[in-house]
Amino acid sequence: MIKQEKLLITSSNLIAKDTVELILKNNHISQNAKPGQFIHIQLDGFTLRRPISIADVDQEHGKITILFKTFGNGTKKLATYQTGQTINALGPLGNGFVYSDVKDKKALLIGGGIGVPPLYHLGKRLVESNIEVISILGYQTAESVFYEAEFKSLGDTYVVTDDGTYGYQGKVTDVIPEVDQFDIYYTCGPTPMLRAVQEKLENVNGYVSLEERMGCGVGACFACVVATKDDTGYKKICQDGPVFNAKEVRL
Amino acid sequence: MDLSVKLPGLSLKNPVMPASGCFGFGREYSRFYDLSKLGAVIMKAATQSERFGNPTPRVAETSSGMLNAIGLQNPGVNKIIESEIPFLADYDTCIIANVAGSSVEEYKIVAQAFNHTDKVDALELNISCPNVKEGGIQFGTDPNMAAHITEVVKKASNLPVYVKLSPNVTDIVSMAKAVESAGADGLSMINTLTGMQIHLPSRKPLIANKTGGLSGPAIKPIAIRMIYEVRQQVSIPIIGMGGITNTEDVLEFLLAGASAVAVGTANFQNPLVCPEIITELPQTLEEYGFNSVNDVIGKGAVVL
Repeated sequence: MIKQEKLLITSSNLIAKDTVELILKNNHISQNAKPGQFIHIQLDGFTLRRPISIADVDQEHGKITILFKTFGNGTKKLATYQTGQTINALGPLGNGFVYSDVKDKKALLIGGGIGVPPLYHLGKRLVESNIEVISILGYQTAESVFYEAEFKSLGDTYVVTDDGTYGYQGKVTDVIPEVDQFDIYYTCGPTPMLRAVQEKLENVNGYVSLEERMGCGVGACFACVVATKDDTGYKKICQDGPVFNAKEVRL
Repeated sequence: MDLSVKLPGLSLKNPVMPASGCFGFGREYSRFYDLSKLGAVIMKAATQSERFGNPTPRVAETSSGMLNAIGLQNPGVNKIIESEIPFLADYDTCIIANVAGSSVEEYKIVAQAFNHTDKVDALELNISCPNVKEGGIQFGTDPNMAAHITEVVKKASNLPVYVKLSPNVTDIVSMAKAVESAGADGLSMINTLTGMQIHLPSRKPLIANKTGGLSGPAIKPIAIRMIYEVRQQVSIPIIGMGGITNTEDVLEFLLAGASAVAVGTANFQNPLVCPEIITELPQTLEEYGFNSVNDVIGKGAVVL
């Protein structure tokens, strides 16, 4: 159930270039969030909320982790918030990744930049469900890399940078031939990357998590939509997604 | 404190309603609160057949506001009557249907379609959507066209018609007068102002439609000014809107001459904004020395 909640910031860390990790305490969201869901954060002085995916959940301590890049005025503002402050957010929002039918299989996680975070929460849950996890994580440059150790603790992890300053050089799709057989893929990242992945893995079952500029975040304003592949119209990213079957949406 | 207001076709328990396009057909916000608390709901625009709307991005943030260019995405009037209205009709609130189109004929067909349900209390005639290529705003910026379409819809419909005026005009009073003489039962004002934002990294307009409608607190003074001007020259009631976020804003609109108000963009900031305003309104009215909503309406507008 979606609620408007107050979340207490228990830690704020710059974990890579322009990349901030916030740990937030809130009972409702931590107890209910599924991998792939997001929260919609209100910022002082801004009209629109900012949708940010949930990167990790610690149910026992009632905490969630979010990561964001400070590339706009809103995220720059959010980066100034200190431990002990509270933020107002709606959540948990959207439909998460589907993985109930992939038992005893192998999953490939493909994340690009700030699309990496929701895959971490997913990866943890997959491993708990005895699903083997392989990860390909793409970043711009060495300084942008984050959560490599976290993903390595889940399974084989390949890091790719655009400029080759860390790990493989190139794009995440360049590394796909290197990985073992897998049964399903889950991906989140910039749209051109998702499009390339969707094309490359055309014959594999997969799920894509999308982002778009949002208004309400709850499905009422029709701002964040994506066209369906069968041309029957649009799906709402905030409400029908942000995760879609890769065969369902036209990127 | 008596918050009720009587308008053509509408017995409002309070003067607060969500604005068209900011509330879908109510389902999403019904998860946050009981919609029966609302004076009315103005539904998202209906067109004759399904519309997919504009490409994305469809929204952009501005200082104290936002731009949107959704493009009237809706499932078409028949589906709205079949699937959406029955849901809303279960709540104890008035239903206002927003009627849009690309031609005079389409407006007429959509308006007629709402004669086939007894659940809708009034129509809001959308001649001011800035985000579609044909129709919409072109009907709302020429007084003769606006009057013509008002006449056609009045003839086609059994329901009271509130004409939603565009602020993208030089002389709002002449628009209001034109639709009043054409038989409009009320006005709803203002729609969004056409605007644009350039995205620096791409050096191009951020919104895919290039232009979008500006809403939010940034436009409130324009709405207040226009309602104030129109109130002095026109006698049909006004549903006021444009940047309302709290009870003081509501009071300001009522003083300027609105008889009821619609809340739009603020729903995105706070999904509970409408019920919160309704709960807090009596206290604000009392604070400023009023005994009822009716006591306030137009008190700030000196009728010449």
